[in-house]
Amino acid sequence: MNNIIKRYIPQILAILFVVLIFGFLTLNAQTNMDNRGIDFGFGFLSQESSFDVQFSLIEYSGSDSYARAFLVGLLNTLLVSFISIIICTILGVIIGVARLSSNYLIKNSAAWYVEFFRNIPLLLQIFFWYYAALRALPMPEKADAWFGVTYMTVKGYYIPAMVWENLNVFLYCGLAAIIAIIVLRNYANNLRDTQGKQIPVLLYSVGLLIVLPLLSFLFGGVSLEFEIPELKKLSKISYIYEGGISLPPELIALVLALSLYTSTFVAECVRAGIEGVSKGQKEAAASVGLTPNQVLKLVIMPQALRIIIPPTTNQYLNLTKNSSLAAAIAYPDLVLVFAGTALMQTGKAIEIVSITMLTYLTISLTIAAIMNWYNKKIEIKEK
Amino acid sequence: MQTINFLKPNRDNIKNYSIIGSFLVLVSLIDVISNAFLKINLTSFLPGSLTTLFPLIIGLIGLNMMRIDYSGHKTLDLLNKNINTNNFNAFLTLVILFSIIKALPQSLSWMIFDATISGDSKDACTGTGACWTYIKVWFRRFMYGMYPNEFHWRINTAFILVIALGFVGYFMKENLKKYLALYYVIIYPVIAYLVIYYLISGGSFGLQWVETGAWGGLSLTFIVSFFCLIFCFPLGMIFALGRRSNLPVIKYISICYIEFWRGVPLITVLFMSSVMFPMFLPEDFFMDKLVRVIIAITLFEAAYCAEVIRGGLQSLPRGQYDAAKSLGMGYWKMHIFVILPQALKLVIPGIANTFLALVKDTPLIFVVGLAELAGMLALAKTNPKWLGFAMEGYIFASIVFWIICYAMSKYSYNLEAKYKTER
Repeated sequence: MNNIIKRYIPQILAILFVVLIFGFLTLNAQTNMDNRGIDFGFGFLSQESSFDVQFSLIEYSGSDSYARAFLVGLLNTLLVSFISIIICTILGVIIGVARLSSNYLIKNSAAWYVEFFRNIPLLLQIFFWYYAALRALPMPEKADAWFGVTYMTVKGYYIPAMVWENLNVFLYCGLAAIIAIIVLRNYANNLRDTQGKQIPVLLYSVGLLIVLPLLSFLFGGVSLEFEIPELKKLSKISYIYEGGISLPPELIALVLALSLYTSTFVAECVRAGIEGVSKGQKEAAASVGLTPNQVLKLVIMPQALRIIIPPTTNQYLNLTKNSSLAAAIAYPDLVLVFAGTALMQTGKAIEIVSITMLTYLTISLTIAAIMNWYNKKIEIKEK
Repeated sequence: MQTINFLKPNRDNIKNYSIIGSFLVLVSLIDVISNAFLKINLTSFLPGSLTTLFPLIIGLIGLNMMRIDYSGHKTLDLLNKNINTNNFNAFLTLVILFSIIKALPQSLSWMIFDATISGDSKDACTGTGACWTYIKVWFRRFMYGMYPNEFHWRINTAFILVIALGFVGYFMKENLKKYLALYYVIIYPVIAYLVIYYLISGGSFGLQWVETGAWGGLSLTFIVSFFCLIFCFPLGMIFALGRRSNLPVIKYISICYIEFWRGVPLITVLFMSSVMFPMFLPEDFFMDKLVRVIIAITLFEAAYCAEVIRGGLQSLPRGQYDAAKSLGMGYWKMHIFVILPQALKLVIPGIANTFLALVKDTPLIFVVGLAELAGMLALAKTNPKWLGFAMEGYIFASIVFWIICYAMSKYSYNLEAKYKTER
């Protein structure tokens, strides 16, 4: 009897507490909305949004619905996260390995890089790049060409656009190449396990990746042309580049700040992972006659990756969440487009903030679930 | 027969090689230094891009000649071991050295030699360097926001009082030490709140009322992070225990709470506190924006705190729980006297990191219109009298935050090292 009380009373109290809080909040929201004449509902999503977004990946104009505005914001968030994740991974791996270098100068430069970028708030870094560093760039008419065809100006970075013909054929060829590589790998592994023969998989894979898409140019009717940005005079003092793709300065500032900031955390993960592989493993591998390259590829990396990947994924998740700081410099991401502009216009605070939060929550929980599954899979199975 | 080996340096010809090698490295360094500091190009007689590559090539050859294993010469061995193990390392060493030398004169002259700090208006800044006059004139605004100048002593006094009260635990008498946790968890926050409320807000004791809208600058950063810090820790502890509980309802409520807050970005939480939260309050109930923001950040950080504390709870060996139970301790007794003291000691570095993240997150309150340091910078930047000094402002703010965060992270490293050895 005593046990039952001990077990159920706290739980019942907890449920009551949660229900009371939610009930209280809902009741307040109900009365507040009644008083102000606002009604709750998601019907506004299909209404015409009548605002413009500076930069979007899909066609969008003021006559489109709020739902499409949401999609524009979401895609922009994913775009900036994707680019930053790639850059921060490359930087992070380089810096992380550099921190383990035997060279005093390299080791310490890397350590200072990490200490420097990690200890300045991300928002300040974004502001620094956007308001201070990128504003010092030349005007369009004075910009020098980088690599001959791209222009870094105060109004953004102009790069050539690719004009494809029969893009789908090209993509199919790329897909075929990837499938062929997977088949080849399995075959090579099989061969190694059964007959002990080794074939240079990497070489063949690179060859396949280059040759198959190339064939599509020759026989598939695929053609690629570059549309190079050209300077155009708008008025007496105002110039702009036309053609090509223009990456707005907001995007560049955001990518720079996010990738530099997150790369320090990735670097620490990489360092911890490589340090986490015990020295005995390396010595044992060397003593069974593996070459240094094989030691790295077959012994160190698989074990280091097991330590590196989970915290690094966490950092990617943080980066995606941090990309919401875009709102502070008016890059049209999910928060700015939806929780900013759309909220101002419709006044549907509860609905819009909930949708925004749920979107981020979905992204986070999905990645977390995949990570849990992955962790289970790579767990060391001890007998 | 002794053969002279020209190509491979070894111990026999160490003298020649080390002297020639260090001479070459010296030449390359002199070339770069004269280029960077004195703007003299010593190698202008060389054609084209060879001029720029010259120091690199000469330096590489020099380092290659100096690379003698077990030379027996102490300095040389130290040098070879640390910066010159192979050609690739030597190359990176030179690149790093040269880029530091090249960047130094420019940044030094911008930040110090050509910079202005005298005067009190924009006109004083005529040089090509930084305009620290801007920081000097705006310094009080950056520190105290729009808080009236004549009342700044109130903020200072409040901070000194709060810090002094924080150290009370240090000097407490032995027989009072058992109330330490009680003091820090309950009494201290209340006192700190009262001090900040009565001193900084004012409104009584003859002090003039200053509304929170006028608060700002770095002091606001401190106020927000201080309150979030002292409130999020106990809350996080509750949810950490909740998540480890074997009562399913409590466990799942805790999991939902933690995963929810950890899954959303802080900026949406702040938006929620500023636009959505007022809708959930009773009609005639007004809550200050600053208070709402502090509540929001506290709820948010508590989830992160909870996960850190849970890590500590999980890492305790099962034997501790079993031993406490076999002594007849109940749930609360066991946790308060046995589990938590050990677990909390384990997670101190993790908690310090959470607090560090919290301090770095506070500038975000700028997006809901509270003007702490980043907000004041944005304000100062658009002031028509002071246009065009964004760079100085952000460098100043970065330095300030960097010092705070670096000190905190070093402190957390120290704590980590300290508690590692004790276990």
